[in-house]
Amino acid sequence: MNNLVILPILIPLITATLLLLIPKNIKLQKVISVISLTATTIASMILVHNVYINGIQTLEIGSWRPPFGIVLVADMFAALLVLTGVIVSFTCVLFSFRNIGKDRENFFYYAFTQFLITGVMGAFLTGDLFNLFVFFEVMLMSSYALIVLGGTKIQLRESIKYLLVNIISSALFVIALAYLYGLVGTLNMADVSSKIAQSGQTDIVTIVAILFLIVFGLKGGIFPLYFWLPGSYQAPPYAITAIFGALLTKVGVYSIYRIFTLIFYHEPQITHQIIGALAIITILIGAIGAIAYWDVKKILIYNIVTAVGVIMYGISIATETGYAGGIYYLVHDMVIKGALFLLAGAMFTITGTDNIKKMGGLIKRHPLLGWMFFTACLALAGIPPLSGFVGKILLAQGGLEQEHYIFVGVMLFSSLLVLYSVMKIFMNCFFREEVLSQKEEKGTTKGLVYPSVILIALSAFLGLGAEFVYPYVFEAAETLMDPSIYIQAVLKE
Amino acid sequence: MEIIMTIVAGVLIACATYLILSKSILRIIVGTGLLAHGAHLLLLTMGGLKRGMAPLLGQEAEAYTDPLPQALILTAIVISFGVTSFFLVLAYRAYQELKTDDMDKLRGNENHE
Repeated sequence: MNNLVILPILIPLITATLLLLIPKNIKLQKVISVISLTATTIASMILVHNVYINGIQTLEIGSWRPPFGIVLVADMFAALLVLTGVIVSFTCVLFSFRNIGKDRENFFYYAFTQFLITGVMGAFLTGDLFNLFVFFEVMLMSSYALIVLGGTKIQLRESIKYLLVNIISSALFVIALAYLYGLVGTLNMADVSSKIAQSGQTDIVTIVAILFLIVFGLKGGIFPLYFWLPGSYQAPPYAITAIFGALLTKVGVYSIYRIFTLIFYHEPQITHQIIGALAIITILIGAIGAIAYWDVKKILIYNIVTAVGVIMYGISIATETGYAGGIYYLVHDMVIKGALFLLAGAMFTITGTDNIKKMGGLIKRHPLLGWMFFTACLALAGIPPLSGFVGKILLAQGGLEQEHYIFVGVMLFSSLLVLYSVMKIFMNCFFREEVLSQKEEKGTTKGLVYPSVILIALSAFLGLGAEFVYPYVFEAAETLMDPSIYIQAVLKE
Repeated sequence: MEIIMTIVAGVLIACATYLILSKSILRIIVGTGLLAHGAHLLLLTMGGLKRGMAPLLGQEAEAYTDPLPQALILTAIVISFGVTSFFLVLAYRAYQELKTDDMDKLRGNENHE
């Protein structure tokens, strides 16, 4: 029992409720948001440290023993993602202070952001499948509000599609939960896991597992369920796309990791091979999309799809190295996608367009922005001193140990395509002759660059300080490898 | 009894799929409503439809029905109610702004304002 576990959910929730009470006082809203996000960051840091020292932390809500009550579980995997998620959303909120505009701030923008963070943190920390559904809905409803906030034509058009896809996937989630409850009679993750381990994973359980894969694949954007993602993520402004790109799809990926390492791990030759095959196609589709477009936002969005594929590949390796690589890449990708979208947001503020062909020569007046973007591109592709390298090298090593030569080849080849796609942005937008003179620029980057400085610094730390980070990641991978650690921590048999 | 209810849920979900694939937004929203009904009915059925009293301790019966699926359905109903009302208002707003309820005319990914 440790009340610390609930703080990353509780602080944003209380803040969001407070922010609802003061809709017109934007200064105060900003102050409260910063205070609460600082508090959440500190709480998550303490949580990570606590989990590292004492093992898995659980909180039985209302002191009901699991499996009868809801239990919150912070293992290292969840704690690391909570910490990264809070930091990334913190920087996105700092970015939106200068960028999001009065129209949206006046209509509960900061409250919706806090609700979104509540949902994401809850989804990471919960130990109950139905509770996971509820936190998914908390997260999705705030994302519906954020995606349509402002009400421009493209936002209205795209949010209809986004809403429809997510309503269908939520209904499928309920159906999957119904089947699972009918089969094992419980919804506590640890209890479901031990029940399935006792009775053996029958064919019907494997079918339910694949239904869960479809549900979380729709949330996470894996092939062939990624079709809604490019349009929907293009509609809202950059500050919102950054928080979506960094957090929302990653929650789906996290859930896939959680259920396929904890619950449905008995038939890897079926489920894990399907995941592996889908992952490899996802990587290719994302890379093809990324090199096809001449639109900054589109390119970055397709890079989300590629990254989801790379992370998913970690599950199909199913060794400790593979999981460690997947987790490392997941944490890295949350940070670097946040950074890239925020930097692209600053570029959009200057030029007023997303079209690469209409930009050029930005490096002359914005050298800091330019070189930061360059660093972020290198980190995304996985160039050694930066964070993307460690995750990919672990994945490649794990894949080679399992003799997945084609998969590893495709993954490494996709890094080249990813590098080409972002370098296309860098070379064309920052070099060539100048398109806009000083007076023609649509806005200033004042205050827009420092949030991404934080994220780039974090990415450099993840790369250079790999020796410091690796024990944490290794501990997370160890828990994923051996579900009995998790089950014993929750059920305390 | 479970077999009948499963077939009913299947019919509901089949109708929902048909409606969601149609052109008009309102038909799609009706489809999502039916989909939610199908999912909730399935949740109740999968919990088991054995005979027993309503789960109230005052009934002092020998057997009660399973209270857990009922609580889950109650939660799922309010969630889908919230989402449906948001969807309806969104469809109304989109109709005012875009002057159409035809999904074919809402196609495309280009940012034409």
